[in-house]
Amino acid sequence: MNIEKVNIILEEHEYKHSAIISIMQDVQGVENYLPEDTLRYISEKMELNLTRIFDIATFYKTFSLTPRGRHTIRVCSGTACHLGGAVKNLEQIQRTINIQEGETTNDRMFSLETVNCLGACALAPVMVIDEDYYDAVNPGKIEKILSPYRLEPEV
Amino acid sequence: MKQIKTVSDLEDLRKSILKQRDPEKITIRMCLSTGCRAKKSIKVISALEDELNNQGLQEKVEIKRTGCHGFCEMGPIMVIEPANIFYRQVTPEDIADIVFETILKGNIVKRLLWKDAGTKEYTKTEQDLPLYKKQKKHISYNSGKIDPTDIEDYIAADGYLALCKALNAMTPAKIVETVFASGLRGRGGGGFSTGLKWRICSAAPSDIKYIIANGDEGDPGAFMDRSLMEGDPHRIIEGMIIAAFAIGAGRGFLYVREEYPIAIEHLSIAIQKAEEYGLLGNNIMGTGFDFNIAINKGAGAFVCGEETALIISIEGKSGTPRSRPPYPAFEGLWGKPTIINNVETLGNIPQIILKGADWYSNIGTVGSKGTKIFSLVGKVRNTGLVEVEMGTTLREIIFDIGGGIRKDKRFKAVQTGGPSGGCIPISKIDMPVDYDSLREAGAIMGSGGMIVMDETSCMVDIARYFLNFLLFESCGKCVPCREGLKQMHYILTNICEGNGEKGDIEALTELGHFMISTSLCGLGATAANPVLSTLRYFHDEYLVHIYEKKCPAGVCKNLFEYMIDETLCNGCTLCRIRCPEKAISGEKKKPHRIDTAKCIKCGICYNSCKRQAVIVI
Repeated sequence: MNIEKVNIILEEHEYKHSAIISIMQDVQGVENYLPEDTLRYISEKMELNLTRIFDIATFYKTFSLTPRGRHTIRVCSGTACHLGGAVKNLEQIQRTINIQEGETTNDRMFSLETVNCLGACALAPVMVIDEDYYDAVNPGKIEKILSPYRLEPEV
Repeated sequence: MKQIKTVSDLEDLRKSILKQRDPEKITIRMCLSTGCRAKKSIKVISALEDELNNQGLQEKVEIKRTGCHGFCEMGPIMVIEPANIFYRQVTPEDIADIVFETILKGNIVKRLLWKDAGTKEYTKTEQDLPLYKKQKKHISYNSGKIDPTDIEDYIAADGYLALCKALNAMTPAKIVETVFASGLRGRGGGGFSTGLKWRICSAAPSDIKYIIANGDEGDPGAFMDRSLMEGDPHRIIEGMIIAAFAIGAGRGFLYVREEYPIAIEHLSIAIQKAEEYGLLGNNIMGTGFDFNIAINKGAGAFVCGEETALIISIEGKSGTPRSRPPYPAFEGLWGKPTIINNVETLGNIPQIILKGADWYSNIGTVGSKGTKIFSLVGKVRNTGLVEVEMGTTLREIIFDIGGGIRKDKRFKAVQTGGPSGGCIPISKIDMPVDYDSLREAGAIMGSGGMIVMDETSCMVDIARYFLNFLLFESCGKCVPCREGLKQMHYILTNICEGNGEKGDIEALTELGHFMISTSLCGLGATAANPVLSTLRYFHDEYLVHIYEKKCPAGVCKNLFEYMIDETLCNGCTLCRIRCPEKAISGEKKKPHRIDTAKCIKCGICYNSCKRQAVIVI
């Protein structure tokens, strides 16, 4: 846990209970997920019940209680993407990297998620890896899209 | 920066901005919104900057980084003023030609013009594009034209004049009545009268009131709010300040989806700039009126678009709805009177104040006033955002503006209103689009998603898709929604997997009506709409799935096979090479075959065949 950064986040939000969601979003931004010891620390520092924090962590889709891979693949499953074949793309990704939605590969290279709608419907079907968007995806393109990420040297 | 204190300060600033501008100067507008950015418009801009510097043109040509133009599919989009030349799908490699031919010599680079897939004709200017021609851009007018991070660009386009008028020449009561008389209805889904909502809230006795702008655009297939927040954030903020003054609110919250980082960034800059110019914060424009805005990032819960859930989420808890009454206008955020308006609704406010209720109420139909932005997507030729007058027919939107169905396939249905909406069939294509007609047809306006479907879209699958979506998004608080969705989804999954049986349709209908009448909030009360509307218009498709175990559209995996029509196949080998499972065999120039035992139905062959020889049976 990066206590220094967590403290800065808590300070920024003035330990306000109403800001707990923003605090958790910021912490996840730093830690990549929400480690249990960090949540316990926040609960103690903010004098906020741990059950409320876990309630929020499990209610909102954005939060993850397990570590994510180096690259997060987000497959848009909005209506336009669904019509364009998002399910077939998702299945092809699952076959290629051998994990299901919500999982991370054993080598911690990829995490696979689906997202309700990225608001890029005119480019459907869309998938995003980290910050890179890929439009008009079809199962035939998946391998080509994924392979450069595997070769990227670790930072 | 001198703070704006009076009407004449704003007017002076506007004049001085305009005076510094040369209308004949070449300005290149590049879209930096999500759609174009996804297609690498940032790289195009840096190539453009380099080339202009190399040619010594940096002083003569201005680059303007704008928001969404609406024609996202054609991104990255570039418009060159003053002639308004429209270039599409611009790459860094095109820049040298653009600068040499268009900027230096005034010629057109034909290959970058938009070409009509049907008539094969090229369109030279932005205003002549079919997608734009029939539009009536009132709310999205600035988006794509101004730099959303530059408040002076907004002020030059008459920005904050309405706020000036509201604060100096109108009483709060007069503003509320003007908005009421305009006939504006909420753009987020429900279609409740905005003026009435404001009236109720302003009459509620309390010293503390709040306003919330709902930018939690959750409907899959809708992105007009994102585009508006990214491309013209000050319009929303101006609308919010006017609303706050009208009801007497001192604090406002902008609730925006986390999935929209650019919208959050642009809104944050806009808030900061408005404060610097004295248009937001304490003592706005010297009138003694104080109002502050904070941004809340949504954390990925669809139900938080529902107003009571959204309020609870801002309070820092998990967003589950509560029963109404009391309505938020009486008892909202932290128990105080609160109005919640969708961001597009708020975007309408400045023009209503500036041009008057009469002007506004002359646009649209009897029950639905003004214009509405729709996101026209799916199997339509021209996809993107379109703003049209209420009452425009579906045919005009889909065929005249959207250019009809892709690949000359047959129109099957259009889905409006997201997971709370419904599918409208061809028989209703001449229906005017307004709140009441859509409701009668079994759909709703919703936030304005319009997803066009063709013969390759399975209506049972679409119904299941929406139920699956809602099943995950239901907060689980009330039984009808939690259990009803689960059962309906179970039945639909059975039907899609070939296990449908007699009585399924009756059970779906009964469960659907039960959910409508007994659910706690709008999510559950509208959740059955996609099923009921497809049952109403596409009953036969359900029957084929249940009794013949076939999916004619080729979507439900267990209910169809891919096959190669030997009379059409010329043995080009493309499908055989691309098949990931090596399920296709055949010699060059001879008809190929699919081994159905090996086929995983990924559809690669179907999409790659240029002769449409791969068919669904």
